[in-house]
Amino acid sequence: MHEMSLAEGIRTIVQDQARAHGFARVTVLRLEIGRFAGVEKSALAFAFDVTMRGSPAEGARLEMIDLPGRALCYDCMKTVEIADRLAPCPICGGGKLIPEGGDEMRIKDMEVL
Amino acid sequence: MCTVCGCGDLVTADGKVMSHDEAHRLGLAHSHTHAPALRPEAAPLPFPHVHATGGDHHHYGTGDAGVSVPGLSQARLIEVETSILAKNDAIATANRRVLNALGVLALNLVSSPGSGKTTLLCKTIEALEGAPLAVIEGDQQTSADADRIRATGARAIQINTGKGCHLDAQMVGHAIDDLRPRAGSYLFIENVGNLVCPAAFDLGEDAKVAILSVTEGEDKPLKYPDMFTAARLAVLNKLDLAPHCDADLDAYAANLRRVNPGIEIIALSARTGEGMDVWLDWLRARLAEKAA
Repeated sequence: MHEMSLAEGIRTIVQDQARAHGFARVTVLRLEIGRFAGVEKSALAFAFDVTMRGSPAEGARLEMIDLPGRALCYDCMKTVEIADRLAPCPICGGGKLIPEGGDEMRIKDMEVL
Repeated sequence: MCTVCGCGDLVTADGKVMSHDEAHRLGLAHSHTHAPALRPEAAPLPFPHVHATGGDHHHYGTGDAGVSVPGLSQARLIEVETSILAKNDAIATANRRVLNALGVLALNLVSSPGSGKTTLLCKTIEALEGAPLAVIEGDQQTSADADRIRATGARAIQINTGKGCHLDAQMVGHAIDDLRPRAGSYLFIENVGNLVCPAAFDLGEDAKVAILSVTEGEDKPLKYPDMFTAARLAVLNKLDLAPHCDADLDAYAANLRRVNPGIEIIALSARTGEGMDVWLDWLRARLAEKAA
């Protein structure tokens, strides 16, 4: 959706971390992306390469870890994992589910030099 | 010389005297005396580096790129655990604090381009008959929308996002600073016409209101679920056109509730005024809640 803005957010965090921890270069950066975060991973990878130029994370390897989508089923009132935003409840087959998790997009950690 | 800390060249490891780097390369534990002249203690090392007591120190090759040990990553791992949007969210929280302190009801109006957000706003401002309010208009280009709002007599700030596809909390924060909304007033934030990106960016609003027009197709909530999930209220606009485009209002409601079982729905026509009283009552009730 707005992968360029997200990449700029990552760059800001990398620069803050570089100042706080005193490192010069990031070699690997690991993100956790929820299934419902609305992030297009290939677009983010492209934006990442472009946006990190001139920052400590230039040339860093980007790894993305998928987090499952969780939703509360309004029919059986159970929290379930679903692969697709509009998938029915795997327990009762109900169709009214409200996402409860899986919208994460965060930097988990990074390897630095 | 140890590239980790700058201590002396030769060490004893595995019973042999060898260069410090070699001991690291072989992965051998070693100790050696410090050479403080090479690296004053006053200059703190920017990475974890274990110093034992008594002038000797022990370290095991962690933390520096210049020293390689097969099978061991020399990079330092920094746990970050920070949301990518942490900066936006922090500014949004600050905006919310200011708006709450003033008792201002802030609504983030989101929709596709052309759903009738600006027309709805102009009609709403007229119908609210002088109630204190301000408008923040977001568009990629032009001040056309802010001009339309100002023509009603309301105060408006236009934000042009340039290439941006959404408003963010910082843009709105600056606009709030300039608008200085009055205590107990309405603040309408008309986001960039886009059903995707604005869903993720908290601006500090009380609620998102998604506007959908009956000409857009009953399946739109299913196609763009994120926005309708994030919205508290869906306004189904252009109700006067429903008979002309065979719109199935029940299907709109069913699809909205499928992606967001708790969503409130108001069908209206900003052009003819049908249903506007329900919308105005909703606004007044939300503002009264803020004042309480």
